[in-house]
Amino acid sequence: MDQFLYSIPIIGIVFELVGYLIHVLPDISPIILRAATPIAFAALCGVMCERAGVVNIGIEGTMLVSAFVGWTAGVYLAPVLGSDPTFFFGASPALIGALVLALLAGVLVSSVHAWLSISVKADQIISGTIINIAAFGVTGYLIALLSQSSPTGAGQFKQFQPPDVLTSLPGIGWIFETLLNQGPLTISLLVIMVLFQIWLFRTRWGLRVRAVGEHPRAAETVGIDVIRLRYRNVMLGGILAGLGGAYLSMEGTAQFQQEMTAGRGFIGLAAMIVGRWTPLGAFGAALLFASATGISQSILIAPPPGQLGDVLHALPPQFFDALPYLVTIIILAGVVGRSIPPAADGQPYEREAAH
Amino acid sequence: MSVVQRTWSLLAVPLIAIVMSVVVGSIVIIASEWLVSGELQPGLAVDAFTALVVGAVGNERVIVDTLVTTVPLLLGGLSVGLAFKGGLFNIGAQGQFLMGALGSVIVGVQLREAPALVAIPAALAAGMLFGLAWGFIPGFLKATSGAHEVVTTIMLNYVALAVLAAAVNGPLNVEGSASPITPDVGNAALPIIVGTDGHLGLIYAPLMVLVYGFLLFRTTRGFEIRVVGSNPDAARYAGMSPRRLIIWTMCAAGLLAGLAGATDLLGTTHQMASSYGTTVGFDAIAIALLGRTSPIGILLSALLFGAMRTGSAQMQIAAGVPAELVGVLQATILFFLVASPVIVRRFGIRGAKAGLEEAATITGTYGSEAVR
Repeated sequence: MDQFLYSIPIIGIVFELVGYLIHVLPDISPIILRAATPIAFAALCGVMCERAGVVNIGIEGTMLVSAFVGWTAGVYLAPVLGSDPTFFFGASPALIGALVLALLAGVLVSSVHAWLSISVKADQIISGTIINIAAFGVTGYLIALLSQSSPTGAGQFKQFQPPDVLTSLPGIGWIFETLLNQGPLTISLLVIMVLFQIWLFRTRWGLRVRAVGEHPRAAETVGIDVIRLRYRNVMLGGILAGLGGAYLSMEGTAQFQQEMTAGRGFIGLAAMIVGRWTPLGAFGAALLFASATGISQSILIAPPPGQLGDVLHALPPQFFDALPYLVTIIILAGVVGRSIPPAADGQPYEREAAH
Repeated sequence: MSVVQRTWSLLAVPLIAIVMSVVVGSIVIIASEWLVSGELQPGLAVDAFTALVVGAVGNERVIVDTLVTTVPLLLGGLSVGLAFKGGLFNIGAQGQFLMGALGSVIVGVQLREAPALVAIPAALAAGMLFGLAWGFIPGFLKATSGAHEVVTTIMLNYVALAVLAAAVNGPLNVEGSASPITPDVGNAALPIIVGTDGHLGLIYAPLMVLVYGFLLFRTTRGFEIRVVGSNPDAARYAGMSPRRLIIWTMCAAGLLAGLAGATDLLGTTHQMASSYGTTVGFDAIAIALLGRTSPIGILLSALLFGAMRTGSAQMQIAAGVPAELVGVLQATILFFLVASPVIVRRFGIRGAKAGLEEAATITGTYGSEAVR
């Protein structure tokens, strides 16, 4: 049987690829989780907004602003508050202060989107796009101005070192390594994702959010303030997007680069759709999209042997840069028709006129 | 309604947005200078905007530069505007532009020694075809699976960057060059008709404005596009096929953006380095919105953005304000356009047409099931 399968080159290569992936999974799974973190935060932001009926295309821009503010605030706070890393995730007072400001920036940017889409009742996709263009323009201008003096930031959060007892367990040690050998923002993602899932589907508050996203008129008749709830959710979404942005410039790297979000906000939106507007599903989809990054890195660092290696070697290296985006398009196109958004998603809410 | 009233109703909001962008831009210049250097220099804003204007329209040479910069912006703006008319949001003009440039450089390099009468049309056609193909993908995906073009076109923008890098670093690279770069397009370069840089695009880009207006307002296909854009259900009821029209519109939008890329490459850069990039895709969104998707509006706002992009270089040299300030101005213009319903009501600006109803159906199709 094996002989027969391997005699057909394509099937042989597919088998080799699956074998290779199983072989490297323990090594690349921490990389995948790290790559998934900003995407998953973006996706959670999307769930937070769209479950309440507000489409947020501006996640990308919100993340970019938070990444910028996190890094820049570090530059200014480091001499004032001190930037000596402590044992706790390498956090310093400057770094924590900068994180708080990054999250506030996320809330501020998303409240602009909230105002435009809830109060002004502008088209929500146009509004979100303007957030993106504005974030790109403003951070581009400010970083051009700041980098004239090439300042140093406040460093970055460090990874937690899980005890060897856990990570050296046979068979499952790599799972602990994946989940725990991470920085504070990645670990907080895991906690927030679970809490968010429970909050949305197991509590009164979550029920209210879903009611507003499905049928705001009915929600209003039972006494829910639709406008207020939407504002609140979009601003909470700003914190989530802010965490994703802060990850980029404060945990994943220790610097800000122009356009460093590189489409992750949009990949997050795709993850939200593929994950059917649930926190757990969105996280799973983010992992799926991020695995393209992890696999690409693994292939570049430790290429597989044999026929598969020859095939991969023949591909231009840029193929692997494009892989996460291609995977996103393909999965989105395959799933989207069967994934139903909240019924009132994207529709501005008009209070009935008082008579 | 008199002509004056009509003109005022159309121009009031864009003019307010432009004025506010100068105000906000000035505040940003002064505030950021103060933050960076600790000195308060109110005069800097005046210097910066003076340099911007002088650098854009100060003499004959820079006026030609401004017009040349306007050409791809205009074509890109038409691309985004056409998609808006059809109820589609083409954020992918960026990627279609890049693919158009790639297509034209591939064919242009092949035909660099062929007669110009063959080489130029072939290279331009290749650019349009590549752009069309890059627009077809999101159109097809939206029509068949319902995947929203806002996500797929952004993804394709990044894929286009990777394709470009792979092509320039790989098969198109000149042997022995210091950094990856394609050969010159030779005879496929657009002929210069004005000054030192004013190429043939200065003639055919304005013609495309006429084609755009004629297509949308004088043909059956244009009527169908507009009906699908404003009410897909009505279009289906009237026997039109929204699915086919979505694909058609995205292909046409891709073709226009591809032509923009081909024009930039064949008219200005003549070869492609691995650093080849553009801001046209995102400028084009602002241009289409500021111009309310009308042919004249897009022409005027493309000229404005062409002037800003050209003048910003002079602003950086003369006043030391980073050219990226254009991004801030652009953002402010867009913000005031979108917030205009509230502004018009709040300040009682009479007779002004507010909002962006041309683009009102975009979110309606978000996350929807496959188009029937």
